[in-house]
Amino acid sequence: MSSEPKNHELASTGQVSRLGAMDYAPAPESTAAVRIADAYGLYIDGRFTDPERHESFATLNPATAAPLTRVARASAADVDAAVQAARRAFPAWSALAGSERAKYLFRISRIIQERARELAVLETLDNGKPIRETRDIDVPLAAGHFFYYAGWADKLAFAGFGAEPRPRGVVGQIIPWNFPLLMAAWKLAPALAAGNTCVLKPAETTPLTALALADILEQAELPAGVVNIVTGDGATGADLVDHPGIDKVAFTGSTEVGRQIQRRTAAQGLPLTLELGGKGANIVFDDAPLDEAIEGIIDGIFFNQGHVCCAGSRLLVHEGMADEVLRRLRRRVDQLRVGDPLDKNTDVGAINSAAQLARIEELVAAGEAEGATRYTSACPLPAAGYWFAPTVFTDVAPAHRIAREEIFGPVLSVMTFRTPEEAVAKANDTTYGLACGVWSEKGSRTLWVAQRLRAGVVWANAYNRFDPASPFGGVRESGFGREGGRHGLEAYLDV
Amino acid sequence: MEIPSRSRVPQVGSEAQLRTVLAGLSGVDAVGVSARAAKLATRSLKRETKRAALDLAISLVDLTTLEGADTPGHVAALCAKARRPDAGDATAPPVAAVCVYPDLVATARAHLVGSPVRVAAVATAFPAGRASLPVKLADVAEARAAGADEIDMVIDRGAFLSGRLGQVFEEIVAVKEACGPAHLKVILETGELATYDNVRRASWLAMLAGADFIKTSTGKVAVSATPPVALVMLEAVRDFAESTGQVVGVKLAGGIRSAKEALRYLVLANETAGSTWLEPRTFRFGASSLLTDLLLQRRSQRTGAYARREHVSVE
Repeated sequence: MSSEPKNHELASTGQVSRLGAMDYAPAPESTAAVRIADAYGLYIDGRFTDPERHESFATLNPATAAPLTRVARASAADVDAAVQAARRAFPAWSALAGSERAKYLFRISRIIQERARELAVLETLDNGKPIRETRDIDVPLAAGHFFYYAGWADKLAFAGFGAEPRPRGVVGQIIPWNFPLLMAAWKLAPALAAGNTCVLKPAETTPLTALALADILEQAELPAGVVNIVTGDGATGADLVDHPGIDKVAFTGSTEVGRQIQRRTAAQGLPLTLELGGKGANIVFDDAPLDEAIEGIIDGIFFNQGHVCCAGSRLLVHEGMADEVLRRLRRRVDQLRVGDPLDKNTDVGAINSAAQLARIEELVAAGEAEGATRYTSACPLPAAGYWFAPTVFTDVAPAHRIAREEIFGPVLSVMTFRTPEEAVAKANDTTYGLACGVWSEKGSRTLWVAQRLRAGVVWANAYNRFDPASPFGGVRESGFGREGGRHGLEAYLDV
Repeated sequence: MEIPSRSRVPQVGSEAQLRTVLAGLSGVDAVGVSARAAKLATRSLKRETKRAALDLAISLVDLTTLEGADTPGHVAALCAKARRPDAGDATAPPVAAVCVYPDLVATARAHLVGSPVRVAAVATAFPAGRASLPVKLADVAEARAAGADEIDMVIDRGAFLSGRLGQVFEEIVAVKEACGPAHLKVILETGELATYDNVRRASWLAMLAGADFIKTSTGKVAVSATPPVALVMLEAVRDFAESTGQVVGVKLAGGIRSAKEALRYLVLANETAGSTWLEPRTFRFGASSLLTDLLLQRRSQRTGAYARREHVSVE
């Protein structure tokens, strides 16, 4: 009620805005900038090669479930070839003056910007996320990470990790399907700036922008073997982690796979960074900037279909304004435009895979079975492909599965609190610890809460904001290590 | 659209009560409101949506001339363009109103006889508002007597910024009284209010005092309508309608020169207050050169070729 006069009796009138009635004609982005090959090999030692066993698998457009192309499935021998190539490239690359490595990174950043439209369309085709997000967030941030770390390459002695920090050597990097190009940039840029050579394994369902990045590395004339890209499934990732020639492993993905990787690397004493799952809480106090808080809640859970490790998948709202927040939230959820990811006006795109859709459906069914109240947007969904309409659960108890498990989809679980202490206790009532948001116009309260939250990232009056200069990472089951900023160099330096 | 009675608008009995009401409004996060406005600016209007939006925008224009050099001849030319914006295309809709200084209301009235175009007058010592209340009321009375359908008043920004909220409120009430049946647009001069919190509070103050429209700017200061300011005002009219049943319009004025900007503001209104606001009774653009660009874009949408500036008449 805080947006309305408190000392008057103001009955609600049922005045309903016909939001969105000025319907927008289809505005699809052209796919002319993208040329997808019939098949892709592995990028090893500066060239595309056929996999040793000639095995391949299809990658789909999740918005239609139609195959886009086939990519190689790397065997243990292919992974070995990639690691050997990286090993051969390491002495020269690490001996190169930092200012020279920086030139390559600046060049890669510039080419990503030049090919931004192609990369945005390709990412949307392979991943299912809306073109507005790939165009305005994924691709500019990917370019931004290379640009940012290019600046560090000749200043490593001043990064706070000793006077002569040395690279680790050959790093194995495994990235997820939710931000394919951006995660490749998060992994490669700091590693290369620090003088390492890399073997990158993209996610099984979204390999295409990493392969386009290989083409960009060629265009930038990056020396052969400095970056090698091996496509495949979990077995390929395991081969990479187990390879004795790897000096460091960096993984972003599920907590379950992260555990397996930690077990394997622990046996070898390998340095490891993990960026895993989350169950982030958006905490809305009764003095929150209400309209912006609603947008923050929407961004927190429906950005990228909720396929975001730091998603604000739990909403903790002060009990006194829960009704008002939920009324406004439902109105806003109804307004979300779900559909063709290539349409420039689409807000929520396709679920990335059939497997992920099944997981979302399973958890939503569990939420209903456990007694939570479900509200789902009545938006029409396309017939083909993988889709899930934006959903909000109320009457959620902290013990419900939808309050504890990572759904990784457009599903929000709403709970209430009465005091700041209770808000903190509920926000911390999770095995994860990646991100939280605090919404209040009172700075002292925001700081009080932020200090007590067990999360790597706390946003104040904002959510899901990213910047190459800002470190990102979790605590507890959300992993360890930081990516981005000066902190992001540490994982790739022998400090 | 049916306008409900004013009965549910709370009666403000004292300055203390007004202060309490305004202090109870939610704050505005400046970063968040700018981000939301920027996100909505990425909406892409194509084909029939764009054509409809251009026609809609034309019908929402208050074609304005507010210069010391204004003459009856210039106002006559403006009225002709208001009635039939595109001399070569009768399907282009007329604009909503012609907006002039009070002494030129009679001229405008005479040249708009028989057309749906309304006559709006800026009054209350526009643009600074630095005059006594009797002088302001006399200004309004003169405009009314000459036939103005709508009065665009300015609030006393000095009083607002120094916390004399009751004075600002009482002036609006008095001007509303003097307006009689004429529609009252209350200019907040958001560029001088400086913060989004102030824009929200001034919007509610004006609506509580009886404004039919809240309007951003005079067009005479450095900063006029901006997308975040428009967003805050659209949220205010939406929330006011929900809590009182009273539908108040929004007029964006000053510095809106391109069709592209106008269409972005239509999207803001559409996705904030809702499409019911998108009609002349509740949404306006105060502008002069904007109409020309809208007409040029309209022509290129219809012919598929970019139109030349000479295809559309000067005012």
